[in-house]
Amino acid sequence: MISLAGRDILHSWGKFVFTGVGLGLLIGVTLTMAGVYRGMVADARALLDNSGADLWVVQQDTLGPYAESSSIHDDSYRSLLTLPGVAGAANVTYLTMQVGRGESDVRVMVVGLANGDPSTPGWPPYLIAGRHITRGHYEAVADVSSGFALGERITIRRHQYTVVGLTRRMVSSSGDPMVFIPLKDAQQAQFLKDNDAIWQNRRRTLANPALNPPGAPRLAEAVLASQTTNMSVNAVLVTLARGHDPSTVAGDIRRWKRLAAYTREQMEGILIGKLIASSARQIAMFLVILAAVSAAIVAFIIYTLTLDKIREIAVLKLIGTRNRTIATMILQQALALGLTGFVVGKITATFAAPLFPKYVLLIPMDTLRAVVAVAAICVLASVSAIRMALKVDPAEAIGG
Amino acid sequence: MTGTGIRIEGLRKRYGKGDTAVDALKQVDMAVAPGEVVGLIGPSGSGKSTLLKCLGAVIEPSGGRMVLGDQVIYDNGWRIRDLRDLRRDKIGFVFQAPYLIPFLDVLDNVALLPMLAGVKNREARTRARALLDALDVGHRVAAMPRQLSGGEQQRVAIARGLINCPPVILADEPTAPLDSERAMAVIRILNDMAKSQNTAIIVVTHDEKIIPTFKRLYHIRDGVTHEELGAGRFP
Repeated sequence: MISLAGRDILHSWGKFVFTGVGLGLLIGVTLTMAGVYRGMVADARALLDNSGADLWVVQQDTLGPYAESSSIHDDSYRSLLTLPGVAGAANVTYLTMQVGRGESDVRVMVVGLANGDPSTPGWPPYLIAGRHITRGHYEAVADVSSGFALGERITIRRHQYTVVGLTRRMVSSSGDPMVFIPLKDAQQAQFLKDNDAIWQNRRRTLANPALNPPGAPRLAEAVLASQTTNMSVNAVLVTLARGHDPSTVAGDIRRWKRLAAYTREQMEGILIGKLIASSARQIAMFLVILAAVSAAIVAFIIYTLTLDKIREIAVLKLIGTRNRTIATMILQQALALGLTGFVVGKITATFAAPLFPKYVLLIPMDTLRAVVAVAAICVLASVSAIRMALKVDPAEAIGG
Repeated sequence: MTGTGIRIEGLRKRYGKGDTAVDALKQVDMAVAPGEVVGLIGPSGSGKSTLLKCLGAVIEPSGGRMVLGDQVIYDNGWRIRDLRDLRRDKIGFVFQAPYLIPFLDVLDNVALLPMLAGVKNREARTRARALLDALDVGHRVAAMPRQLSGGEQQRVAIARGLINCPPVILADEPTAPLDSERAMAVIRILNDMAKSQNTAIIVVTHDEKIIPTFKRLYHIRDGVTHEELGAGRFP
């Protein structure tokens, strides 16, 4: 038996191809949207993976350091090192800000790294060019997606930094590239006020008789020193000794150190379940709308194509064609349209993904899901056309 | 008349019920032998199309009897379970307009019927090609319907009606869109095919040009058929 659907498609291929391309662009957008969500999840996981930590210790009753702000003393890591099961602990700060680059600026997440070596938690685990930070101040390692080049001078607050190394896939949970700088510099950038604010603060402190009482000049000096010293970090990244259960150690930290401690699973839950949850819902809504629009387009086109063939369908039925054959023809056309759209969409998404400013991750499972979804949409969309075709009276082929 | 092509006895068709009921066919009696071509004529609204639909097993009559070959297909109710198979295998249709499938070439338009009946593609196409050659359109087998002239399209439609060698062919004003010369050619073809394939052909027509070509005619008026002899001559 010849393929009636195939012959009809070949006969009106122009209409079919143009519709397929239009549908394909829509499917391409859908695949890209899914890729955007996957990219956000991948970025969140990369952030956790690249930190090299087993536990994240942050201010009590906060979901820091990524989902909420957190501030803890920078000497907390010392006491954490004394706990059983803790192999390493390193301070870290995170600050999303605009970093100056000549006349323009780039949005990045500035990460303050504790002194150490690349095995220290928080340090970028690998570089693709240059070297790690070796000096105590004003050197930076940047993610390549920031656009910074080796040797380039960038401005963070009022200081200039030289990019000495480049890394890759080191981004915040919202996709901003990371720039790593020494911890002390990052603390200054995050907590130190500008000169005018410091001067104003000093004037107010000295004018306050409670802080600057007559006869106790060293009290005011002590107060002023404490105001301009940065002793806070956002988190302490903890690595565990082999054989120790992260949940147990985290429990000990919460109990004895009065700090919040999160395991890798908990932190992933915070990032994916809370930080990007609303974005995910937003994307899910778009996916639903796009799926509905795709279904409407396929349904409309298949319905129109069938409507154009009413007389032929009546003739086919009159000469003894079974309903199953006619329904199969319509269904095959809908599926062929969906397949054309899917191929166009996949190609579009594959080529468009790298052009997006944030990471777009197209995974094979999503592609498979899309194939199934497109097939399901096409089957559903062809229902109305099939119903119409099955209702065609073969008597319509006979005049009168 | 010898043998049984199609025989219709006391066929009735009523549309609607009660006071609004309309008797489209009141008393239809016809018999067409194998190899015979008869005309069915009548004014508009006389019941021609209703009769054709009943004969074509498209609508169910309200009463009467129809015999196709040796098989009773209707006797105050269908005696055939699958009317689709009946239409495909036992009845050929030729319409006023050719109604060829626009996305199939000439060969497959004709070969489609045997394919639907389960004949292998190659065999169906061989049969179709032979029939198209016989109808003098064998040179257009690869053409699409829109590339054919009106006469060629009608010959392809006739080939489609004949391909399964049905015992009866119902032709609904097959010459209406054609000029005299082509109309006469179509009637000649139908006569030739009726003889060569031993098929009974009923031609519904208004066409004054072709009415003299029938040896027998059935007039239908107010749902009742009347048989009369025709001239049976071609110009």
